[in-house]
Amino acid sequence: MKRVVMWGLSTLTVLVLLFGYHTSTSAALPASSEVVAVGTSSGGRTVTGPVAQTRWGAVQVAITLADNKVTAVTVLQSPDANRKDQQINARALPILTEEALDAQSADIDMVSGATVTSEGYRESLQGALDEAGL
Amino acid sequence: MAPSTPDSKRYVEHVMGMPISLALRGAHTDDASARSAWAAVMAELREVDRVFSTFRVDSVISRLGRGEIGPVDCPPEVTEVLGLAEWAEHDSGGAFRVRRPGPDGESVLDPNGVVKGWAAERAAEHLRALPDTGFCLSAGGDLVCRTLDPDGAPWRVGVEDPRSPSKIIAVIPIRSGAVATSGTAHRGEHIVDGRTGRPPADVASVTVVADTLTWADIDATAAYAHGRDAATWLRTRPDRTGLVVWRDGRTTVVA
Repeated sequence: MKRVVMWGLSTLTVLVLLFGYHTSTSAALPASSEVVAVGTSSGGRTVTGPVAQTRWGAVQVAITLADNKVTAVTVLQSPDANRKDQQINARALPILTEEALDAQSADIDMVSGATVTSEGYRESLQGALDEAGL
Repeated sequence: MAPSTPDSKRYVEHVMGMPISLALRGAHTDDASARSAWAAVMAELREVDRVFSTFRVDSVISRLGRGEIGPVDCPPEVTEVLGLAEWAEHDSGGAFRVRRPGPDGESVLDPNGVVKGWAAERAAEHLRALPDTGFCLSAGGDLVCRTLDPDGAPWRVGVEDPRSPSKIIAVIPIRSGAVATSGTAHRGEHIVDGRTGRPPADVASVTVVADTLTWADIDATAAYAHGRDAATWLRTRPDRTGLVVWRDGRTTVVA
């Protein structure tokens, strides 16, 4: 850490209280991307990370460490959760099949399901689809 | 079995222990630019694995979890993912957690519930750059699609039956957007309700349709963690649709 500013833990707590619950409503809050604040106490230390500019807006988190383990992550700023995508499409709705379809009857391009492992892929529906289309 | 879109060109590779499948249709499906975009997708996912894998002791996220490095030493993507995870935890009322109890009882930093969807959404940028080309990219069963012609044929996404994973229980015709499913069909019980630490009750799988795979994946996991409240919680989310399959075989469509 290059530019470390020592802050009291109480100061940091106030910061967290001020910013901690803006997670789903706030736009980016003004903050310096340079300053890194570290609070210490016997119970642990809190490190404020840099502001990351993401596609959705600025994100900044504080991480609390105790005995060299991460014990808490606090969002100091995040983009607006209710942001609408510019290119929003007509909403796609699941259409239930009359009965569960087997691979041959399913006129589909891809399969969404619980995560398939590489080991299980060959026997999976997605594996069969890819095999047929490769 | 033939894919619904027979003129599409398909690619498959593996990373992070899961298959990545791609279907391309349109102007660039099998030329140098298509292959280069596919290579860029895979390179990006391998880099994400290097940074975020909790299975690698030398990954950035493992070193951060052990306190060997601080957030300022991490690439900005780490801050982005931890921020997303915390945001998801807040929005899910604590059902979604970024930290889980480790084998020794201490908490372990585990952002896997965020990383997969976020990484695939990000990697899909390389495909969006292909002119006049539609795509459907699947990362182990979570996928992001794009169709150029708003009146053209949608991608047809089959939803796996969690009780019988070789069968399809629903079809989602989607032009552009993302579909993610959380369940225990292939990897066993690994999602717990962050509020109780126990596997959620009653729910077999949750499928979420959203604008981005980042949020489809997060919301599928968060809804699944809600157990019997999965559909109720999903209805509170903006611009999402989905399907909850219950353990007794009943289904609930969230419109």
